[in-house]
Amino acid sequence: MSFLLDKMKKMEPLFEKGGRFEKLHSVYDGFATFLYVQDKVTTGGAHIRDYMDMKRTMIIVVIALIPALLFGSYNIGLQHTRAFGIVDWSLMQMFWFGFLKILPLILVSYIVGLGIEFIVAQIRGHEINEGYLVTGMLIPLIMPIDVPLWMLAVSVAFAVIIGKEIFGGTGMNILNPALTARAFLFFSYPGWMTGDKVWIEGLTKGGAIDAFSGATPLAVAKLDGIARMPSAMEMFVGTVPGSVGETSVIAILIGALILLVTGVGSWRIMLSMTLGALGMGLLLNLTGGNEYTRIPAYYHLIMGGFAFGTVFMATDPVTAAQTNTGKYIYGALTGILVVVIRVFNPAYPEGTMLAILLMNVMAPLIDHYVVQANIRRRVKRVRTA
Amino acid sequence: MENVEKEPLFSAKYRKLLTNPLGQDNPITVQVLGICSALAVTVKMNPAIVMAISVMVVMAVSNVVIASLRKMIPGRIRIIVQLVVIATMVIIVDQFLKAFAFDISKQLSVFVGLIITNCIIMGRLEAFAMANKPWPAFLDGLGNAWGYGAILIIVSFFREFLGSGSIMGFPVMEKIGVYNWGYEDNGMMILPPMALITVGLIIWVQRSRNKTLIEENK
Repeated sequence: MSFLLDKMKKMEPLFEKGGRFEKLHSVYDGFATFLYVQDKVTTGGAHIRDYMDMKRTMIIVVIALIPALLFGSYNIGLQHTRAFGIVDWSLMQMFWFGFLKILPLILVSYIVGLGIEFIVAQIRGHEINEGYLVTGMLIPLIMPIDVPLWMLAVSVAFAVIIGKEIFGGTGMNILNPALTARAFLFFSYPGWMTGDKVWIEGLTKGGAIDAFSGATPLAVAKLDGIARMPSAMEMFVGTVPGSVGETSVIAILIGALILLVTGVGSWRIMLSMTLGALGMGLLLNLTGGNEYTRIPAYYHLIMGGFAFGTVFMATDPVTAAQTNTGKYIYGALTGILVVVIRVFNPAYPEGTMLAILLMNVMAPLIDHYVVQANIRRRVKRVRTA
Repeated sequence: MENVEKEPLFSAKYRKLLTNPLGQDNPITVQVLGICSALAVTVKMNPAIVMAISVMVVMAVSNVVIASLRKMIPGRIRIIVQLVVIATMVIIVDQFLKAFAFDISKQLSVFVGLIITNCIIMGRLEAFAMANKPWPAFLDGLGNAWGYGAILIIVSFFREFLGSGSIMGFPVMEKIGVYNWGYEDNGMMILPPMALITVGLIIWVQRSRNKTLIEENK
């Protein structure tokens, strides 16, 4: 590998100030730091630098997403065989079938998103930010597999430009960019984001076996009643229709473990969000109301996008609350809202996306009051002493 | 008679009254007034154009009326007088639309009546008509209504084109045949948030072309 490093070093002067490719400095910088640890030395202020910079953080999140991606690929194949009555596919066949179907989504997401990031970085003259490495991987995982690629491209462009760049790029955005992309798609082309066809590869073109329904557990619960829902075990393992990466709670839990062990994801948010949803679910079990309130509370944790949203979306360090107390409040309210939207809003069977986006907007407010409360508490202590 | 130098009808100063509100003094993108109706009536181009014309009539006429009466209106009740004039004009416009363009009148529904509360009109009466002669007040009214209408039409063009695939009711996208290639109209363009985002994008474009408009960060 040292050969590559030498090459990079030789090229470096070209990209420095006054060099021939001065304008492309951020491109060079982006690639160089992607491959190697920065050798830049700070010239003033704090001299301590952590290896755990943003790039490493982001890569850990991508690694944590891999189990969900692998299981998602397998599940696409599995659902396809079920829908079309194929019985003789092996496990590997299903996996490769699904993987080749999801690959175009990943490519489109990265090419469009990174393309915009590169262009903006050149215009603004700052470094290329790594934030998109994660967003680009999250987006295909929260899409239905049959979404047309041009729609995906449009929603990625919208999310990166309107959701992120106009606020100042990575670290400045108010809304989670991946969820912004999904929300845009959800409201723009609802036919491709809801219903009982889009979740299974090839079903929109028809030809499924009789009496097959590709509806997600959430939709089944809403339309056909709880009795028709898949079993809890199926939903936990993930062999049900749904967005690519959201179905398997096991795969997501492996990802959660990676995030928690490395300290990248916030356990406070994950815990409080789970408890919030569970609490709200139990409360609704007691009060009753409509049919939907009778779903066992723990079902809310394993169906739909709740697990995926809790582990990978709500914990986004940029858009979540920053203070520790704030994280508990933010997580709990998100969990409660997820269940409230699912149960009481007939138009949206899935509440995770909207709940997290809403709480993203509220996060700075929560932080503000947490910080103010702390200041008041300390001022009081000084006065009494 | 006092010997006042008579200003020509379309002097440079007067022309500015007409042109400034289109660009650097735009009521919507710079003064950020009248946003509410800009969001409400811009789903399709036809209602937006009718709305723009209605506002233009109301604004120009009430500006002239108030400017002619400006020396007779006691300061303490001027707002009420202004409102009476505006309301009269709005009712005339509303009745006119009901008589001659009933379909569009139905589409605009309450928003014609709500022209009364359009802050651009009150703002111009207070800021300009109360202190100027009828002719410049007339030009000012026209200019601001143009500025308002221009934004309305730009926003409604994008919303109708991308959201419904047509321009002024003519189904362009269908005629080109893009639906056969898998194209679909963007449902979000029809929802109000997209109007706000479109106005925001126009503000962005305008300010990046004219840096003097950028407000200082405090």
